[in-house]
Amino acid sequence: MIRLPPFRFFTPGTLTEATRLFAEHERAVVVSGGTDLYPNMKRLQVSPPSLISLRGVRELKTIQAGADGSIHLGAGMTLTQIERHALVRERVPSLVEAIPLVSTLPLRNMGTLGGNLCLDTRCHFINQTPFWRQAVGSCLKDVGDVCRVAPGGSRCWAIASADLPPLLIALGARIRLVSERGEREIPLSELYRDDGIHYLNKMQDEILTRVILPRNENVRAGYLKLRRRGAFDFPSLGVGAALQFNADGVCESARVVLGAVTSKPLEMPQAQGLVGEKLSAPLIAGVAEAIALQARPLQLADYTYAFRKQMVAVYTSKLLNRLAD
Amino acid sequence: MSETENVVVTLNVNGETHTVLAPPYETLLETLRERLDLTGTKHGCELGECSACMVLMDGEPVLSCLTLSLEAQGHALTTIEGVAKNGVLTPLQQAYIESGASQCGYCTPAMVLSAQTLLDKNPSPTRQEIRDAIAGNLCRCTGYVQIVDAVELAAKRMRESVEDRVRRET
Ligand SMILES: Cc1cc2nc3c(=O)[nH]c(=O)nc-3n(C[C@H](O)[C@H](O)[C@H](O)COP(=O)(O)OP(=O)(O)OC[C@H]3O[C@@H](n4cnc5c(N)ncnc54)[C@H](O)[C@@H]3O)c2cc1C
Ligand code: FES
Ligand code: FES
Repeated sequence: MIRLPPFRFFTPGTLTEATRLFAEHERAVVVSGGTDLYPNMKRLQVSPPSLISLRGVRELKTIQAGADGSIHLGAGMTLTQIERHALVRERVPSLVEAIPLVSTLPLRNMGTLGGNLCLDTRCHFINQTPFWRQAVGSCLKDVGDVCRVAPGGSRCWAIASADLPPLLIALGARIRLVSERGEREIPLSELYRDDGIHYLNKMQDEILTRVILPRNENVRAGYLKLRRRGAFDFPSLGVGAALQFNADGVCESARVVLGAVTSKPLEMPQAQGLVGEKLSAPLIAGVAEAIALQARPLQLADYTYAFRKQMVAVYTSKLLNRLAD
Repeated sequence: MSETENVVVTLNVNGETHTVLAPPYETLLETLRERLDLTGTKHGCELGECSACMVLMDGEPVLSCLTLSLEAQGHALTTIEGVAKNGVLTPLQQAYIESGASQCGYCTPAMVLSAQTLLDKNPSPTRQEIRDAIAGNLCRCTGYVQIVDAVELAAKRMRESVEDRVRRET
């Protein structure tokens, strides 16, 4: 039996209690569904001395419509709860379609939106047993001093592997972060850093409380995922996109965001080539090629990096064609 | 609840209340198998990848290898031991035997729970819907065809028995 390493466990009932616990337990880490953190702890990738569970925190478990047409998703909602929620089904169908692509049903019954957005980066060289890691000589994200993927460099290249950030960034999501020091709201895209170890632009004691999706009438959005097994697998590539058209069918705004390429979800400026145009297959193919040219996956996930790079163009154009239809 | 020493954990499993002393970092899988001797719940990968350890929490599938026993308190838990009532197998269990859906049997308890939650919601699932419902349950003997057969057979029998009862009552 692979057991969890010992830790102290706190179960606050409110956000104030949760943020206060951080003041008392400096190296504490929050846990929501635990579907990412617990496997990582069992593999001894991380061993926090204390965990603060967000499961009982009421404020994180609501979904509300804002007066301005926005939708506020509580970070503590499970992926299944979000997928089944009437307001989400009516207003954000792309999210309802994307959620079943994440992990498996029992994991989605446990895993939360907040946990998905803060998912640890992944790599062939870190998501292994301690014995395996020790045998290859460890790596930067572990206790070693060299990256096994790009040994010449000084950074960790583990990739952003959550499925929802590319779609939610494309949809223009903002997030709220709360700590004892107060609350701040930032675009979701700014949460991420291109660094496999320090992959989040937030302090350890900041709790992601909600995701705010702006009013999105006339927005067509979607997410496509490359993985080896159809049943479930982390993405070897994820493409999220959101397009807006005017009444004449001219594209007014376009966002394409790639997941599982680098350590952060990558927003691709080449998508601007669609704006002001009526979308056609050749135009889309050109933009998809331009995006693939800028995407540089490394050899650290399933499939070869060369194949994943080719698939950037294929998946991007497949998704954009579907949305343009 | 803040120390790493043992804490009192009260679980409701298959309608019975159990109280155990366990460390806060103990998973439900460990408690079920090692303290309550409910070994029908299997341990496979213990990392969330195989679903062999699946149990129902308030009727919904969850993984016991990634659930702390502490956090399973206050919920109705169902394990495979709680499925047959008074020694009578459910139509799904019966169909499972007849279809040869169990080979080594390791994935079977969780697979039966997964399929049962599907049948509870959808009395006439298509083969694709059955495959989607058990997508997270890995069978290392790869007997998926027989498993889907068994769920289909059980669904058919359950529908027929409902039709029968309606006919008798009208
Ligand atoms: C076998 C397997 C397959 C999986 N496949 C996929 C997949 O294909 N795609 C995918 O996207 N995910 C996948 N996952 C991961 C996971 O199931 C989901 O991403 C889930 O939504 C994670 O949420 P959680 O609540 O369980 O996270 P947790 O494990 O609780 O937390 C994950 C991280 O986020 C932090 N965190 C959690 N909540 C907050 C918060 N509110 N504020 C700040 N920080 C927070 C934690 O400290 C931790 O570092 C898989 C997991 C497993 C075990
Ligand atoms: S033992 Fe829990 S998922 Fe494999
Ligand atoms: S019957 Fe052997 S694992 Fe499924």
